[in-house]
Amino acid sequence: MDSVPLLTTDQMASFVARGFLRFEAAIPDDINAQAMDELPRLFRSWLDEFRGVTRAAEGATISDDEAPLPRSGTALDDAYPVDSAFGRMVRVPMIAGAIASLVGPGPVIDHHFVHIKGAGDLNAQGLHCDAIIDDGIAFDIQLFWFPHDVAPREGGTRYVPGSHLRRVNMDDVARYQHLAGDQYHSGPAGTVVIFHHGLWHAGAPNHGTRNRVMGKLRLNPTVPQVRLWDTSDVDARNRADDHIWARTDPAQVASELRRSEDWYEPSAHRLETVKRAHLWRYLTGDPSFDVDWYLTRTERRTALAGAAARL
Amino acid sequence: MNERQRQQVLMLWLAGPGLDGRVLGWSFFDGTEGSGPQPIADPPYATGTAALVAGWRLLQMSPLVPPTPGHERETSFLKHEFVFERLVDLDATDAVGGVDASSDGATTASPPEPRKTNLAH
Repeated sequence: MDSVPLLTTDQMASFVARGFLRFEAAIPDDINAQAMDELPRLFRSWLDEFRGVTRAAEGATISDDEAPLPRSGTALDDAYPVDSAFGRMVRVPMIAGAIASLVGPGPVIDHHFVHIKGAGDLNAQGLHCDAIIDDGIAFDIQLFWFPHDVAPREGGTRYVPGSHLRRVNMDDVARYQHLAGDQYHSGPAGTVVIFHHGLWHAGAPNHGTRNRVMGKLRLNPTVPQVRLWDTSDVDARNRADDHIWARTDPAQVASELRRSEDWYEPSAHRLETVKRAHLWRYLTGDPSFDVDWYLTRTERRTALAGAAARL
Repeated sequence: MNERQRQQVLMLWLAGPGLDGRVLGWSFFDGTEGSGPQPIADPPYATGTAALVAGWRLLQMSPLVPPTPGHERETSFLKHEFVFERLVDLDATDAVGGVDASSDGATTASPPEPRKTNLAH
């Protein structure tokens, strides 16, 4: 992993603030073409298992180029043959560097899945986050790989920037059909969007004439996610006293972490800022980091009250 | 409501606890299955008050609930939810004013897609 390009501090701060990073056309065409062959077959093999249909009963055999579904907990390095579509995708330097920066060395497979949104399927899936409410500040990542061009309205995944730190359970947010600033993926073949595990998303209607294929891969970290990116500039940009009502410096990380989203209530925006500051403390190992002094002032008062109680 | 009337429900999530707040999000549930007037803008109204002006009747608004002790800084669902209804006569689909007017500054968008539960995406 030493030679892969690590994420920058700006990219990490954007991930903390918005819950995703987009890598446009990151995967070369030949790997995308391989994926368009392998991924639909992976989907069908899952369907067979899910339905209890054995391939042997159908007289079929697993071909040499067809990777078995990895079990949860398998090290990423061991999960896929290096010449398989998923195996090649995660080894593209830009993607390998992003993985290393976000979840460190030795991540393990949580699961993968292939989502196919059929041409003309106009059902809009309800908004949701995956799994359940995940406790704790450490996070998983989910790679959404679109191996073919996705035009607007052709089934590109809907997602809601800045939703990743809200505590909701699965599709309890399906009520929200439209949120200001929500996005529908579109872009060239080989685009990978990496989500924080909590980001709200949904399958979108496909008004196009071809199936939309997407490979999703969830990874769990196995090390503390502390200073894993290119941190050469972070110490100079990590001031806790950058305050929107006092002095601000656009070069400070705080300037990105106070970003709002169009769908935020103003009051919720401030709470989101605090949650991002907590997450940035975890990522930097800096327990004194702050954005707009929200944590510092209350922590200092709490310390005073504690000291008074000991008098 | 007579047997030839159907309910349409509009949910708005606003920037604040008052109806004059800016619309942050919206959903539309249609008892007419598309035969009644449809939203044509995204969002259909700029504020909750604008929906009242257009003839929607307020059914419910979120109560103001104090934060749960120990969870004062949590964020979760959108807080300021307002639910509106209007009744549509199936025999006169423009009985409530026809197609919705576009709100100020709103951009035209497709009407909501039908919803269906399926595999997590």
